Amino acid sequence: MELGFLLGSLVKIIAIIAYLYGLMWLLARPSIWIKIAGLVGAFGIVQLALTDINGFRLLNNFDSGLLFQASAMTMVALGLNLIYGFNGQFSLGQWGFYGIGAYAAADITYRWINGDARGLLVLGLGALIGTLTLLGINKWLQRFRGIPVLSSFTLYLIGALITGAAAVYLGNQLNPLLTPLLGSVAEPGPLNSPVAQQVIYFLAVILAGIFAAQISFLFGLPVLTLGSDYFGIATLGFTIVVNTLMINSDTILPFPEMKGGRGMIGIPKLTTWFSAFFFMMAVIIIMRNLVHSSTGRSIVAVREDEIAAKAMGIDVAGAKLMSFVVGSFFAGIGGAVYAHYIGFLSPGTFNFLAGFNPLIIVVFGGLGSMTGTIAASFGWIFFLEGMLRVLLSQMGTEAPTWRFVLYPITLLLLMLIRPQGLFGSIEWGFLKGPEFITAPRQQPEPAHKSAI
Amino acid sequence: METSATSTSPTVLEIRGLTKFFGGLAAVRNFDLTLKHGELVGLIGPNGAGKTTVFNMITGLYVPTSGEIFFNGTNIVGLEPHEITRMGIARTFQNIRLFPNLTVLDNVRIAYHPHCGYTLSDGLLRTSRFNIKEKELTEQALDFLSIFQLDRIYNETAKNLPYGEQRRVEIARALACNPKLLLLDEPAAGMNPREIIELMDLIHFIRERFNLTILLIEHQMRVVMGICEWITVMDFGQVIARGTPKEIQENPLVIEAYLGKGVTHAA
Repeated sequence: MELGFLLGSLVKIIAIIAYLYGLMWLLARPSIWIKIAGLVGAFGIVQLALTDINGFRLLNNFDSGLLFQASAMTMVALGLNLIYGFNGQFSLGQWGFYGIGAYAAADITYRWINGDARGLLVLGLGALIGTLTLLGINKWLQRFRGIPVLSSFTLYLIGALITGAAAVYLGNQLNPLLTPLLGSVAEPGPLNSPVAQQVIYFLAVILAGIFAAQISFLFGLPVLTLGSDYFGIATLGFTIVVNTLMINSDTILPFPEMKGGRGMIGIPKLTTWFSAFFFMMAVIIIMRNLVHSSTGRSIVAVREDEIAAKAMGIDVAGAKLMSFVVGSFFAGIGGAVYAHYIGFLSPGTFNFLAGFNPLIIVVFGGLGSMTGTIAASFGWIFFLEGMLRVLLSQMGTEAPTWRFVLYPITLLLLMLIRPQGLFGSIEWGFLKGPEFITAPRQQPEPAHKSAI
Repeated sequence: METSATSTSPTVLEIRGLTKFFGGLAAVRNFDLTLKHGELVGLIGPNGAGKTTVFNMITGLYVPTSGEIFFNGTNIVGLEPHEITRMGIARTFQNIRLFPNLTVLDNVRIAYHPHCGYTLSDGLLRTSRFNIKEKELTEQALDFLSIFQLDRIYNETAKNLPYGEQRRVEIARALACNPKLLLLDEPAAGMNPREIIELMDLIHFIRERFNLTILLIEHQMRVVMGICEWITVMDFGQVIARGTPKEIQENPLVIEAYLGKGVTHAA
């Protein structure tokens, strides 16, 4: 039994890595139809494995749970790789944004199924006018020269607070228009049909990402001017603050439904393989297109040498803020997907110690390697949460604790043998940049013979 | 030597009364300099004379304590470094500052970022504009590299290159910023005599080819004397002499600054 399980788990891990490789290979084909077929096929294969056919399922509930966790972790870790691996800013705040995304999205859908549209309205309006306000202030500030960061931050903060208050006011005003259509848990209204709930869930995930991005913009603006070590400390502080707010969400924050330290229960479990796959692929594609563009190169240049980047005409502060905001957006989306898979949010999940998980994954897979991050996210969840947890629990009730001895040793060995991470800077198929040099170049005539 | 600059050429850079204090120490005091279009001017002086500080102030890395810097008639004091670069001032660094883990090609392509011709949304959506511009930009970067005989190694990691090639990549990268004024900070540092002669030819060549004005910091007298039309000499943050290379060679103040008091006709 144990041997069978071990073999089965190993086969699963290898199959997933092969699956990812194949998907990336298909997406790298030039024809758009092969790309689409690759995406549909990759979705379909797993969906089929999750479907009950004559009482047989290739992947059971436990496996599908791991799959959802791994896709959520992929999004968070990719975001962190953008911030730390590509932009070189050591951040421990990723877990805080993950938590913000999880709670924000959970609040929207929880309220929605309980006949209250305020969550969606307030966050939706906040995302809309808040983003417009921040962009407007940004546009306006560009007309001035040499404004201190803290002054512009104060302006942004005031703008955000005003728009936040406006969003809450408008949301409360508009809520009565929608409530009759929502019904209650016992008698769901027309806007609470399963399809409508999925639509709201998709909206909630995106809004949670935008909300996390807005917070990260306000937080990153003053903090990103700090050097890398201080930035790390400040972001660690952020995660702790977010965690403390979660624990006290029903007392110092006006969210009784989040139930503070007891944990938020009753979140609708709306995450399906379709949504997990959809958001994960969206994050992967956005990330890949961003990294392999001129903006992506400027982000990497900031990591390599800030002063040289400035001298090359790169807005270093802007590049840092951009990668931080986009990374947090990914974390928010990942959190939202996780919340609707697990159905229960406890502040303990978002403890800052757990916040090191994405960091470990990013370093394990290879800083600056998207392939490494994706493969490490899946491998990590399936190995640690899947295989080891089950294997060790068969050896005794306390044995699963050994996981946290075994995996640091693995990490230690990896860092000794391969310090650049499992994948170094290797990228698979699609994740490689577009190649614009097709033919081997002819050696051109030296333009200045005298110089040689 | 053929000189493209005449007294009627427009002024490119005008520095007036530039001063920088670090605490109580005056790194640069009352520095003046005027560069006309097409000139190749040398800025020399012993170690710690404040030459690099002047460069850092021109490129916006330091904010001057007082003084004004006009580039093509616009005061650039207080602008961010990247804004100054986008206006058309590019530089190289004394201790080479390439992006070490990137390829030679990417090092040059990064310099195209401000004028890459497509927006972030083009990049995210992979529009046809992205593909066209990115291809164009890559071709241009490779052409640039071929001028510097670096196109064969476009895919090498910058940190693995020998010193002389790293210097050339850095100059290629600075030129890819599309500058009107090029600041070279000790380009000959660490080079052997043969490489120095190559470098001098290269500087001449790029000035003609790209229609540039060049300001050069150099330690090695041979380089400055060989290629500069005008020389400004600094010592302890102040200008102590200006003139043609010949005038400078015979200036007793300069000889004193370089070799100490009591030595005459040493140079």
